[in-house]
Amino acid sequence: MEFIAGKYNYWIYVALMMIGFYAMIAKGNLIKKIIGMNVFQTAVFLFYISIAKVREGTAPILWDRTVLYDNPVPHVLILTAIVVSVSTTAVALALIILIYREFGTMEEDEILRIQKNGSAVPPGKPE
Amino acid sequence: MIDFALLFFLVVCAVAAIQMRDLLSSIMLLGIYSFIMAVVWTRLNAVDVAFTEASVGAGITTILLIAALSRTRRMETKQCVPPANLLIYGTVILLTSAVLLYGTLDMPTYGDPGAPAHSHVAPRYLEKSFEEVGVPNVVTAVLASYRGYDTLGETTVIFGAGICVILLLRRKI
Amino acid sequence: MSERSAYEHVIKRAMTKLLVPFIQLFAFYVIAHGDIGPGGGFQGGVILGAGFILYVITFGMNEGRKRISRITSDLLSAAGVLVYATVGFVCMAAGGHYLEYAALPFSSPQLAGHLAIFVIELGVGITVAGVMITLYFLIGRELK
Repeated sequence: MEFIAGKYNYWIYVALMMIGFYAMIAKGNLIKKIIGMNVFQTAVFLFYISIAKVREGTAPILWDRTVLYDNPVPHVLILTAIVVSVSTTAVALALIILIYREFGTMEEDEILRIQKNGSAVPPGKPE
Repeated sequence: MIDFALLFFLVVCAVAAIQMRDLLSSIMLLGIYSFIMAVVWTRLNAVDVAFTEASVGAGITTILLIAALSRTRRMETKQCVPPANLLIYGTVILLTSAVLLYGTLDMPTYGDPGAPAHSHVAPRYLEKSFEEVGVPNVVTAVLASYRGYDTLGETTVIFGAGICVILLLRRKI
Repeated sequence: MSERSAYEHVIKRAMTKLLVPFIQLFAFYVIAHGDIGPGGGFQGGVILGAGFILYVITFGMNEGRKRISRITSDLLSAAGVLVYATVGFVCMAAGGHYLEYAALPFSSPQLAGHLAIFVIELGVGITVAGVMITLYFLIGRELK
């Protein structure tokens, strides 16, 4: 029971990561994939920040009334990572706009079909 | 208790955000997810990170996603996934989660002050930052002074993202 | 019908005109107080950009472009990185390594660190605000 109480938070973070990962690989819509990527990234940041917490520590801003602080180094790394994640999302969205302008659709299987055949209708269906 | 409730809401929001067919609702749920994540980080005493996530993740990402949605279609077309694909996705996800869960068995207990992450560099930053840099916020001291070069690289990354989007979208097609 | 849309526009415009100066002031507050409390360059820059984006959403892209021209937003994005890199070179010119604030000719290393960190956070904030505005102008679309 002690074991579960000390580790259940890590399992929830792994569950969140897998939810985002599932959206990235299984959903066909391109914007859904970007949403899944954001969910995955935020879950990884949560995992990292939870490593930094010290029991009965306070926020890493120096103060004369306390002696135990949290670890500031993961906070710094995750600050950089959040900004990099928004940059990645912005460039991905610009590419999605260009893809929509070119192909007229947002679904991955229709795009692959247009590239292979020249039309979005699957073979065998009446036009 | 409140931590457990917040984590539960996180999981519910994440599942709902990726399952909705209406993409506008999906983006709104992603914004709610980012806000709850910022609250969880405040509970973990990471105030700088929570501030950044609330402003960047829940603010700018939502704005940019809705702006991109306005140029494309709002509803996702109904997907019919062939069962063979579903089997492959399930296997990949099970394998990855098994590896990750096996890794978490070795992690130190949550909140342990003797964890390896708290040795080496972090106590030195906490002890010496006021006399070497003179700034009370240790995260800003580390970000701007001890790891200042990384912050220059990060600023260049966000500038590069702006340049990329300018190059992609400013051509007259 | 047109009366209702005229009222909506009046409410939106009045609230935006009230709120945008406070949002920008809060953004500068967050940048300037980054070393005493939570905050810093990135958070303040994003809030500054969000203030401008609110103005552009309410008043339209043409009005927004009259306030911030294309050249201004592009130059703002680049200026912050330039300021940051220049501080590093100034430290080198004063005899230390790149970005070594203790080498600057102030009375104590704490004062040098404090002032240099303030200039750096300002640069980062300007770049982030400029990039957010540029991104919104490019990705957003005017609804007729």
